[in-house]
Amino acid sequence: MDWQAIVLSVRLALATTIVLLAAGLPLASWLAFSRRRWKFLVEAVVALPLVLPPTVLGFYVLLAIGPRGPVGALYGRLTGGMLPFSFSGLLVASVVYSLPFMVQPVAAAFAGVDRKLVEASWCLGVSRLATFRRVIVPLALPGIATGAILSFAHTLGEFGVVLMVGGNIAGVTRTVSISIYDQVQALDYSAAAQTSIFLLAVSFTVLALTYALQKRIWSVWPMS
Amino acid sequence: MNRQVGRTFSLPVLLIAAACARHPQPQQLTIAAAADLNFALGDLSREFQKTHPRLDVRVAYGSSGNFYSQIRNGAPFDLFLSADVEYPRKLAQEGLAAADSLFVYGAGRLVVWVPAQSRLDPATALRDPSLAHVAIANPQHAPYGRAAEGALRSMGVYDGIRKKLVLGENIAQTLQFVQSGAADAGLVALSLAIAPPVRNQGRYWEIPLDAYPKLEQGGVILKDSAAAREFRSWLLAPAGRAILKQYGFYLPGP
Repeated sequence: MDWQAIVLSVRLALATTIVLLAAGLPLASWLAFSRRRWKFLVEAVVALPLVLPPTVLGFYVLLAIGPRGPVGALYGRLTGGMLPFSFSGLLVASVVYSLPFMVQPVAAAFAGVDRKLVEASWCLGVSRLATFRRVIVPLALPGIATGAILSFAHTLGEFGVVLMVGGNIAGVTRTVSISIYDQVQALDYSAAAQTSIFLLAVSFTVLALTYALQKRIWSVWPMS
Repeated sequence: MNRQVGRTFSLPVLLIAAACARHPQPQQLTIAAAADLNFALGDLSREFQKTHPRLDVRVAYGSSGNFYSQIRNGAPFDLFLSADVEYPRKLAQEGLAAADSLFVYGAGRLVVWVPAQSRLDPATALRDPSLAHVAIANPQHAPYGRAAEGALRSMGVYDGIRKKLVLGENIAQTLQFVQSGAADAGLVALSLAIAPPVRNQGRYWEIPLDAYPKLEQGGVILKDSAAAREFRSWLLAPAGRAILKQYGFYLPGP
């Protein structure tokens, strides 16, 4: 089994989830509460990675983060480094790829928070930011947990985008799905089967935990 | 009970029968072809169809290794043109091919390719210290990747370049890594470097043939038919060979 690839995939999935929590929560709250007329355009953009084939997404990401692309050029000027074939490049791609998996459940959870509680908080003189932090986020915690776990699992199983932008460097961009693909291509079916069953077990455990948490814990463990 | 069975099945059966009647014996040749044949085979099948107007040639392009697995699992191709003769050879050994139909139709050639706007000279690019990334196909399973690794070793640049290597899933993606500017140079197939859409986008230097293990491109007939036999012998005859040569496949034998 390719442990190096497994460790790399877990690192990438964790980093993606953290970035998405930081970037996705404000975006989700804007989507949930904004009354702008053109909000539907942003919603459509956020949902795009759900319907675009990873090859298309990967192709655009490679063009964008390459040294001649806008993102790549900016990154080069700021850091002197290059995004393609690096962990940071994969991170950028994964964040784009998993964005809807974080934003959509979180936005739905925010929208589901009882408006009366939010207004009561405002009337008691609590600022908007503090209300968001102390009322909305705690009440939306199940949705946030769902978003985080889905983002993690989705990144763990990411294949097409990594194949398009990664360059398959051991320990840097060779994630577990790429490693499995290589093993299959090299007709090493037993190694591929071992790694696959491991990935299957991890994914199942993560998802089972999510649903168990949602069903049991959240309903009997009221947020104070 | 009987009547119910009749009612359930009669309509689909009738439709299938009608569909079959409309198309009496369509002559079809389905080819699974390695991705590096992408441009050559379009021309080849057009030329072939000039002399065989009633034949419908259909080509699926992909990775030779993928096709090998698919064919072992019953993929319905008539002919398999692989980038590596090893896969057809294995199929023949496993009894999945028509008897005595294994053939070598060409040998791939390897070039160092840089984009047109690059300041690198393709002949010396691999020794340039400013290189950040060099793209090759994955040596673990892509025939051109194995050849590229062999070439880098025999040219004595492998150790210096090893940490800069990025691996494409196939030879076309390897080229794309360089086209996008993400990699500075790449070792790709001559057939791609001189293909019409790529020809004007970059410069290339051909690596001497003796610097890497021979890339024997081979094929095999999977489902024996007159059409498949004719295509095979036409490909190996002067007419087919001339087109293959034009697209950068070195000709085997005299």
